[in-house]
Amino acid sequence: MSAADVLQMTDIRKSFGTIPVLKRVSFSLRKGEVHALMGGNGAGKSTLMKILTGVYSKDGGTILVDGQPVEIHDTAAAERAGIAMIFQEFSLIPTLTVAQNIWLKREPRLLGAFINNAEMVRRSRAILHELGVDIDPETLAGTLPVGYMQIVEIAKALSKNARILVMDEPTSSLSEAETEALFELVAKLKASGISIVYISHRMAEILTICDRVTVMRDGEAVMTAPCANLTIAGIVDAMLGAGNAASFEWHDRGPRPEAPPILTVRNLRLPSRVNDVSFDLRPGEIVGLAGLMGSGRTEIAETIFGRRAPVSGEVIFDGTPVRSQSDAIDRGIALVPEDRRKMGLVLDHSVRDNVLLPNLSRFTRNFLVQDAEALKTVTRTIRDLRIKTDGPDKLARLLSGGNQQKIVLGKWLARDPRLLILDEPTIGVDIGAKSEIVETVRSMADKGMAVLVISSELEELMAISDRILVLHGGRIVQDMNRRDLTSEEELHHAIQGHHIGPSDDVAA
Amino acid sequence: MQSKATISGRPTMSLPSFQWQNYIVYIFFVLVLSFFAVTIGDKGFLTVTNLFNIARTTAMITVIAVAMTFIISAGELDLSVGSTTALAALTCALVMQAGYPWPVAFVAAIASGLVVGSLNGFFVTVIGIPSFLVTLGMMQFIRGVDMRITYTNPVSVTNQTFNSLFGSGKLFGIPSLLIWSVVIALIGHIVLKYTSFGREILATGGNRQAAEYSGVKTRRVKFYGFLLTGAAAALAGMLYTGMMQTARFNFGEGAELMAIAAVILGGTSLFGGKGTILGTFAGSLLIGTINNGLIIMGLDVSEQMMIAGAIIIVAVAFGKKQGQA
Repeated sequence: MSAADVLQMTDIRKSFGTIPVLKRVSFSLRKGEVHALMGGNGAGKSTLMKILTGVYSKDGGTILVDGQPVEIHDTAAAERAGIAMIFQEFSLIPTLTVAQNIWLKREPRLLGAFINNAEMVRRSRAILHELGVDIDPETLAGTLPVGYMQIVEIAKALSKNARILVMDEPTSSLSEAETEALFELVAKLKASGISIVYISHRMAEILTICDRVTVMRDGEAVMTAPCANLTIAGIVDAMLGAGNAASFEWHDRGPRPEAPPILTVRNLRLPSRVNDVSFDLRPGEIVGLAGLMGSGRTEIAETIFGRRAPVSGEVIFDGTPVRSQSDAIDRGIALVPEDRRKMGLVLDHSVRDNVLLPNLSRFTRNFLVQDAEALKTVTRTIRDLRIKTDGPDKLARLLSGGNQQKIVLGKWLARDPRLLILDEPTIGVDIGAKSEIVETVRSMADKGMAVLVISSELEELMAISDRILVLHGGRIVQDMNRRDLTSEEELHHAIQGHHIGPSDDVAA
Repeated sequence: MQSKATISGRPTMSLPSFQWQNYIVYIFFVLVLSFFAVTIGDKGFLTVTNLFNIARTTAMITVIAVAMTFIISAGELDLSVGSTTALAALTCALVMQAGYPWPVAFVAAIASGLVVGSLNGFFVTVIGIPSFLVTLGMMQFIRGVDMRITYTNPVSVTNQTFNSLFGSGKLFGIPSLLIWSVVIALIGHIVLKYTSFGREILATGGNRQAAEYSGVKTRRVKFYGFLLTGAAAALAGMLYTGMMQTARFNFGEGAELMAIAAVILGGTSLFGGKGTILGTFAGSLLIGTINNGLIIMGLDVSEQMMIAGAIIIVAVAFGKKQGQA
């Protein structure tokens, strides 16, 4: 190991029962380094981190912290070794103040018995100040935006003198601005010598803030390399193994057949954010809707789906306005909502029941649900979408994020929708499942289904769309053909409000 | 030093094992039945008359508990069923006393249950008050109405057709109360398990938001759930009336808690999303059997209550799966 390594995990092994999930994995972390850990679901990255933080014990291998061997049998031992896991939001107690959360169970005392509140607030303020964030330690944690909760988590870890932080998908629920703020904070932590293990599926993000990347596949670390030498394609290749990420590359599906639009949105105005949005969508077309987090993308999707009423303007589907959500569903509009765990699935119900939920009326005869007939549809959905499950009766909760998303997609595709709206379809979905989802959507579009895709990952929009609409300031400011776009940067500029493209005749 | 694996990972490779926790109510039922058969079998516990007796006395709780399974599965609760029972009992008795035929009384009683149900449903689904509070208030309010209607005087029912049909009669030697409870449980089972309404109830309780996004009109589903508990409580009120040949303001006191106990014992989740009518039926019979056996054993009411309460807690504790909060 090099002298600067604060953490050296060597030949870590772990099996669940007879199934090896980690096969001699080695991972190191330098002082002040941000090291990305990537891999598909089931690659073993979370198991490795659970061993590091004392949630699981390893079957073999060694862990050195600052060159000294440590045995991490439980989370307290991890804490003593200066290792902390940063949870996103769920580990703070919403009814306690920020300071109370930071010092929970370690409160400074007066006379050994009474909690020294003033001291607690003072120390919290000092830590938060050092982090350069403006959070009042006396506000209730529950009233903070998600991004701030994560910062309080970091403050809590630092208050315990943690020097190694593990961040698991830290930006998945953050807005653009919050993400920026987090990156600044990460840079600050780096500068002060804190080392960070950064788990994420977002490649562009990783290339921006990480120093090195380790990619895991099937319980092995298959690649460790400095970010400077890497491209997204290189990482994807390492993750997939086969050197084949073709479906995640854009290919021109050719001009769409001229047909009257199936969806027409006219002068849509919503209570918040959306002022005047108009666009058309033709059968067989895949259209991406780009815009910053909070620009009203989700609200537009929910209005088309009939869940929200516009202040003014209209949504016309197949010649007539959409009156309600049931009307939308009946006429063949489907929405895969942005938060699959909250809005997409009944997690404690089986794959079968989840797929059937929007299809019940179709299988009901003489008041009874025809289960035998329905099962055929469920089985076909599992097969067509390649949902990895032991069977239709497995609980949705037990499936990986990618497979859960395939259930949500599958339950709507079983209805043969004419318009499919996908809101952030691949958040927390590993690259393998991501490619399969993209593949499925493309083949449905080839059969004439219209698709509207909303995504914060421009890479994804670039990969899948025939046409991209840019939402900014409550309006569609750009409507461009994918084939006219040459780089993700162009799209980046567009969603920030800069006009681009051939019609832009103003010299920069 | 070799560190040993203290946490056994459960994912993916666990074989499909027999989940005995799902059948705890049946196991307890058999255990309790065998216990009483051995200890008091010779004191008349095992006679057909006594077994019918158990079924008869639990009929009202069973009927209420079947509907309660729906509302609990939808993630709500109805505490007003007990006082609704008495409201419907008094309604049907007074209508018959006024000289109307029993079918009119029947319809009036069910209507009174539906009125209470729709009020509950309105406050929960339209105004948005938690069902625990709405039905707690409703429980009190309706009991007050019960007392006021006849100034706590009982109303006797002399219509023998009614009394026989809803209470004391028999069909092919089987008590009508037993028939009522089996028929209601059977209908409930089919509706919950094999109709879209049943699936929508479970989806609503499992994840209301996801159900909404899938096109389930969850507020309507819950509203129907409250109509169901109201109507079931009304039917239970008529069963009490038929059995006693009298309607009293205090019918059904504590019935809401017995029904909830039967539902939870049966394996329905108190948090919604998972429900079983067969379990509820067994839960109701289990409670009835315990009460009946303890009486035959000659225990004092105070002792009966303590033992019955303890058994319920123990049974639910055994039914809990590991790792569940």
